Amino acid sequence: MAYLSVIVLLPLAAVAVRSVDGGLGGFWRAVSSPEAQSALELTVVLSLIVVAINAVTGTLIAWVLVRDSFRGKGVVNAIIDLPFALPTIVAGLTLLALYGPRSPAGVDVSYARVGVGMALLFVTLPFVVRAVQPVLMELDRDMEDAAVSLGASGWQVFTRIVLPGILPAILSGVALAFARAIGEFGSVVLISGNLPFKTEVASVFIFGRIESDNIPAAAAVSIVLLAASLLLLAAIAGLSRWGRRHEL
Amino acid sequence: MSSRSRSTLALRSTALGYLALILVAPVGLVFYRTFEHGFAAAWHSVTTPAAQHAFWLTVELVAIAVPLNTIFGVAAALAIVRHRFPGRALFSSLLDLPFAVSPVVVGLALVLVYGRKGWFGGWLADHGIQVIFSVPGMVLATIFVSLPFVVREVIPVLREIGTEQEEAATTLGASLLVTFRRITLPAIRWGVAYGVVLTTARALGEFGAVSVVSGHVAGQTETLTLHVQDRFEAFDLAGAYAASVVLAILAISTLASMSLLKRRGAPA
Amino acid sequence: MSIELSGVRKSFGDFVAVDDVSLEVRDGSLTALLGPSGSGKSTLLRIIAGLEVPDSGRVVIAGADRTDTPARSRDVGFVFQHYAPFKHMTVRDNIAFGLKIRKVPRERIRERVGELLGLVHLEGYAGQYPSQLSGGQRQRMALARALAVEPRVLLLDEPFGALDATVRKELRAWLRRLHDDVHVTTIFVTHDQEEAMEIAEQIVVLNEGRIEQIGAPREVYEHPATEFVMGFVGPVTHIGGSMVRPHDVDIATTPVAGGTEALVERILHLGFEVRVELVTGDGLPVHAQLTRQECEELELREGQIVYIRPNRLLRAVA
Repeated sequence: MAYLSVIVLLPLAAVAVRSVDGGLGGFWRAVSSPEAQSALELTVVLSLIVVAINAVTGTLIAWVLVRDSFRGKGVVNAIIDLPFALPTIVAGLTLLALYGPRSPAGVDVSYARVGVGMALLFVTLPFVVRAVQPVLMELDRDMEDAAVSLGASGWQVFTRIVLPGILPAILSGVALAFARAIGEFGSVVLISGNLPFKTEVASVFIFGRIESDNIPAAAAVSIVLLAASLLLLAAIAGLSRWGRRHEL
Repeated sequence: MSSRSRSTLALRSTALGYLALILVAPVGLVFYRTFEHGFAAAWHSVTTPAAQHAFWLTVELVAIAVPLNTIFGVAAALAIVRHRFPGRALFSSLLDLPFAVSPVVVGLALVLVYGRKGWFGGWLADHGIQVIFSVPGMVLATIFVSLPFVVREVIPVLREIGTEQEEAATTLGASLLVTFRRITLPAIRWGVAYGVVLTTARALGEFGAVSVVSGHVAGQTETLTLHVQDRFEAFDLAGAYAASVVLAILAISTLASMSLLKRRGAPA
Repeated sequence: MSIELSGVRKSFGDFVAVDDVSLEVRDGSLTALLGPSGSGKSTLLRIIAGLEVPDSGRVVIAGADRTDTPARSRDVGFVFQHYAPFKHMTVRDNIAFGLKIRKVPRERIRERVGELLGLVHLEGYAGQYPSQLSGGQRQRMALARALAVEPRVLLLDEPFGALDATVRKELRAWLRRLHDDVHVTTIFVTHDQEEAMEIAEQIVVLNEGRIEQIGAPREVYEHPATEFVMGFVGPVTHIGGSMVRPHDVDIATTPVAGGTEALVERILHLGFEVRVELVTGDGLPVHAQLTRQECEELELREGQIVYIRPNRLLRAVA
């Protein structure tokens, strides 16, 4: 407990305290300054778009990994975790290598919001896949066969039988991905170019304020991110309870 | 071809195509770029004094953070699963905090407590200890971000094995310590190993938190990940790619050992 | 060694698992704790072993108060319901565990493990891991492991609960013989009255944390102290206001003194036993158990009117 306090709790408490150095009014001024507001807005909007894409592609990948069989599936399954294992700065660099200024593909997304979005897609890729995969494996195939025997089409089976079963898992994967996306730093720092009002996300904004020794502003925006993450964690705990409601 | 297998094929190609585009191609290209001028050139880029120093500093951080987090993780997991104490639920959820905090915020938090103008900064400075912009701060940051992995891996394993084996050892006369060493530890060893691998991967690759507290002094407080950024910003792409490849190889070995551990852990 | 419990109480939150239990177990005896699930029998066993600490009451083993002695110093052999095999150790290492803890010389350990492997018929399995054994073999390994340290008391929690019917039957007889050989004071927990009757010299019937009756198997069966014991240790049927065992119901085809008129609804032939379902004049169901021979002699048919009379009353219901 002491270990946890010295390393985790005390420092976080310090952020909370320093964020209101200038009173609540100071806190509010810091988070509502045009640049901070733009960074927070961009962070939230981009993260929402990214997790929406993840919800679809993640479910699709999980489905293919569980229900399909093809040569090399084991390798594909293993590389899903690559974004977890790969240092974020390396992730950013790899995307820049392929989709940056010297792109052999002829596209340049560096210093653009699309680039930041791609970096977030890269680092959040495993969340939905890994949340949905085990649930899909456990899902009773008999239910689907029963639905087919009652005349349901493939699409109907998916939307009426499979989707309700995996929805809590998708949502908890999405929540985890969102929590990760709003705080992401390493992978976006190279690709974004950190242009205020254009590609500067919240974490990069905080970093900039720390460098320029504007601690109250950094702390205030940090607290907003922290609060959002904590809310999400609570939501995930709630979701996992909800997900078990049909267990026999 | 039936419509069923055609749709299966379509789903498969979409999924694999997406993975190729976002994951495989970029990582593959970095490998290609690193070695396009030959192995010797790549080797030269990763053996510059700064790169070597960054490598060894990274190893040092891992060597401190991983054992500490492993001991703490096993102890915390035992406390949460095997004991009832007031605040147990709170303690358990606090352990997840590092997962929820942006790395940059972690860095900021450490600066505010241990930095020159931080809560303990004055006291530390009076005693000649510099934490922030030096190695101790980077150690703290690394421990912070990789803290929950061992706990999270060990808790379900401890629940799964139950208390019967431990009780059996007790009735046979084993002390608490002997029971832990001979019964509990062997039973959770794959869970611990898995947690250690994850902790190592995270500790190796941490960038944001370390970046804030390091001060970026090449040859002094620069880890491998910081070195990648430094080389990139100095327009030394070869150096950045080469260091990235070292990190990527470490990441891929992590993945390999993870799937190995999963297989070994399963039948036990 | 003898075991004495006095005034033992244990609750988990609001749930009272064991409620003021006092009990004496003779040295060298074989006792069953019998009761439905939740009756507190396993908790009681764990209290004797020191795996649970009673809220109040004393545990005396061989004349010495052991209430505050930790489990590891009680010299009690405990066989767990699911055997708790040490999965990462071979059968040999499992059995040797307690001896190694006690720093017994290696040569002696080898001898003792050899003896025990013979005792539990696992000679060829010393190098195997628990996952390679069948349920019955794991059970015997767990027993050998508990016996290795020559405990003063052997405690078994539902020892046959997880085994299939044939293996269970075999092991019951084997445990009985083993007790005759080793003669260690033994207490086992079971919810199966047949198992308790077959193995134990003394049965302790528990219900809702309290002792309902203590007695020899025959005593408990024939002279149940309470209605609960009556119903739990054997089948019961009601004739008039009385409770009676179905095999103690006499059936006559002609009126008899004290007999009750009843209609034969169904006759079920279950091999040696024949089960007769009847309904009396006031519409209440009764069932009787006859041997095949008795049934043939009576020439019973479904739809027949007969006269039934208990030949041995258990207890009149007030």
